[in-house]
Amino acid sequence: MSKRKHNLVGYLFALPWFIGFSVFLAYPLAASIYFSFCDYSVLKKPVFIGLDNYRELFADEVFWITVKNTAIYAAISLPAGMVMALGLAMLLNAKVPGTTFFRTVFFLPSLVPMVSLAVLWLWILNGEHGILNEVLRMVGIQGPNWLGDPAWSKPALVVLGVWGVGNAVLIYLAGLQDVPTSLVEAAELDGASPWQKTRHVTIPMISPVILFNLIMGIIGTLQVFTVPYVMFPGGSPARSTYFYAMYLFDNAFLYNKMGYASAMGWIMFLAIFALTMLSLKLTEKHVHYGGGGTA
Amino acid sequence: MNRLADFALPGFFLAVLATVWASERVVREDQPPGPVRITYWEKWTGFEGDAMRKVVDDFNKSQDRIFVQLLTVSNVQNKTMLATSAGIPPDVAGIFSANVAQFVDDRAVTPLDDFCREAGIGPEDYKPVYWNAVTYRGHVWALPSTPATTALHYNTAMMRRVGLDPGRPPRTIEELSEMADRMVQKGPDGRIRVAGFLPAEPGWWNWAWGYFFGGKLWDGNDRITANSPENVRAFEWVQSFPKKYGPNEVQTFRSGFGNFSSPQNAFMSEKVAMVLQGVWMYNFISMYNPKLEWAAAPFPHPADRPDLARTTIAEADVLIIPRGAKHPREAFEFIRYVNSRKGMETLCLLQRKNSPLTDVSEEFWRRHPNPHIRLFDSLAASPNAVGVPKLGIWAEYSAELNNAFEEIGLLRKTPKEALDAVTERMQPKLDQYLKRLRLREQAEAPR
Repeated sequence: MSKRKHNLVGYLFALPWFIGFSVFLAYPLAASIYFSFCDYSVLKKPVFIGLDNYRELFADEVFWITVKNTAIYAAISLPAGMVMALGLAMLLNAKVPGTTFFRTVFFLPSLVPMVSLAVLWLWILNGEHGILNEVLRMVGIQGPNWLGDPAWSKPALVVLGVWGVGNAVLIYLAGLQDVPTSLVEAAELDGASPWQKTRHVTIPMISPVILFNLIMGIIGTLQVFTVPYVMFPGGSPARSTYFYAMYLFDNAFLYNKMGYASAMGWIMFLAIFALTMLSLKLTEKHVHYGGGGTA
Repeated sequence: MNRLADFALPGFFLAVLATVWASERVVREDQPPGPVRITYWEKWTGFEGDAMRKVVDDFNKSQDRIFVQLLTVSNVQNKTMLATSAGIPPDVAGIFSANVAQFVDDRAVTPLDDFCREAGIGPEDYKPVYWNAVTYRGHVWALPSTPATTALHYNTAMMRRVGLDPGRPPRTIEELSEMADRMVQKGPDGRIRVAGFLPAEPGWWNWAWGYFFGGKLWDGNDRITANSPENVRAFEWVQSFPKKYGPNEVQTFRSGFGNFSSPQNAFMSEKVAMVLQGVWMYNFISMYNPKLEWAAAPFPHPADRPDLARTTIAEADVLIIPRGAKHPREAFEFIRYVNSRKGMETLCLLQRKNSPLTDVSEEFWRRHPNPHIRLFDSLAASPNAVGVPKLGIWAEYSAELNNAFEEIGLLRKTPKEALDAVTERMQPKLDQYLKRLRLREQAEAPR
């Protein structure tokens, strides 16, 4: 087969993807940049208004409330989830009978669809009849009204977020199983304590996995949407659970302010991009990739 | 190497794409001869959906030119908007009167003026509040499917239990508060077990309390009036409940209520003795707690404002023809049938609502199962019947008011602070909205 024909076949193979990519990804992406500079409500032609949407956003009190809520949620939920996932993964990596059973059990909650999960937790966290408060009552604690008290609604979501660490646990487990036993044994021979083995062998060896989970966690927590949208309509109580993605959705599909929502989308993209770059930069010296040298 | 094999996979993908394209063409092909099929999206399920299905079947049987296909669609207003923007709207959609202004400003509906003129349908056929609900900026954009008004629903057995006369419901807001206080029961742990009245239950008209005190949410033109003294007074009354009972106690008590459409509904399970509810409440009571002893009366007015007696929130489910619908003429035929006395009375009787028409048959009253139907009907004719403000930014405005309502309920802000904040936030939004609307009109005006 001639080289040209060879290439042609390659392009044809890539064609379906390329069509899909341009129609469903590249064009909408480019269009949303343009729309973010427009007054656009989908049904009417977009009218170019320059930086108005961005100017308005930065002066929008609710925008800042959602930024703050999202930042607080991410700041608590991300480390909590990562520590929890890593801890669970280490326990599940222990060589005890029944590990496969436990691994399955801890992964199971991740298979529950988000909306069912939200409805389930609505009942668990119910202030009057919720099982969580029943349990607390048994040990003599008067539980708060998790869903109705602005001080407790975000912690409730964090607790709920930990429920879904199964995916991260799975990735950590894969990483843990790649830690060469020779290194662990060498450390043992040198008289390292279990903590020292974890601190100086295991964690450095799985650092790329930790970084991966960190970045996925940043993206996931900053885009938190489904569960609070189902559990807390309108970000109630008193907008304490009104997150960035919810406000974006409301602007786009409730208020028909597509231009405004596009601007919010791009700000979100830039924020996530910057945070990802920052975490790559900050962890540069601490992440060890197999195959020699640091990245 | 076999040449054909090289192209097999790409060829297969192209074939799939071609098939998708071709099937779309086939599906969208012009209709075969026979009746014109029109699609109709409606929100109702359950017995309300069955009622509309009956009317659709009657219409389909009454003639052989048009066939209406009824489709139940949840969140119908958003989906209609999206389908309209995609250029594939249904021919008829059943949305809420509260959505009309936004749909009009977004150019998502076909005006019905010409159709109405041809069919001889005019304001004289409807109770003014409902006709008003389907008109906006001087045009008719929709016609009602079913109407509603609200009234105070009260539990007569619970009144008797605390020594109140069940034949004498509260007439003033002050009486309402006083009776409500008498009905409160607390458990040994200090938690509320039963409440007389809570402004937050069911929480559907958090924006409307000002109207019961003579307030308005905008001046009908370009000023937001959320913080008018009447509205502040209304929110002060709203806040008096969490102040008396404790904000956390009220919150926890309310979190124990079940869904509206369930036997655990606060009113149906006798947790709250008096609620503001609509004409549909009768259906749900007969479904979930038929033994409940209840009655309905006009919602009370402030003692010093007798002129506000019989204030009611009058809303309607409405039928629109989305812009770009393929068969607007046939769609209107159907809407017209629904708005005939026969069609409307079938629908409203099966849905146990009042009729929006001025001409109502004696049989309608006789056959209507709701013992208080004449109250709801007469409330619709009240000079104090109010509808949702006809503002294109209503969705955003009502979200703001809901938030203010929550903040005062939790005692995080005073009513004045909360409503000042709403006004401060919404006024620039309204200014900008009106400005952009004007600019667009100028840009689109024929030169």
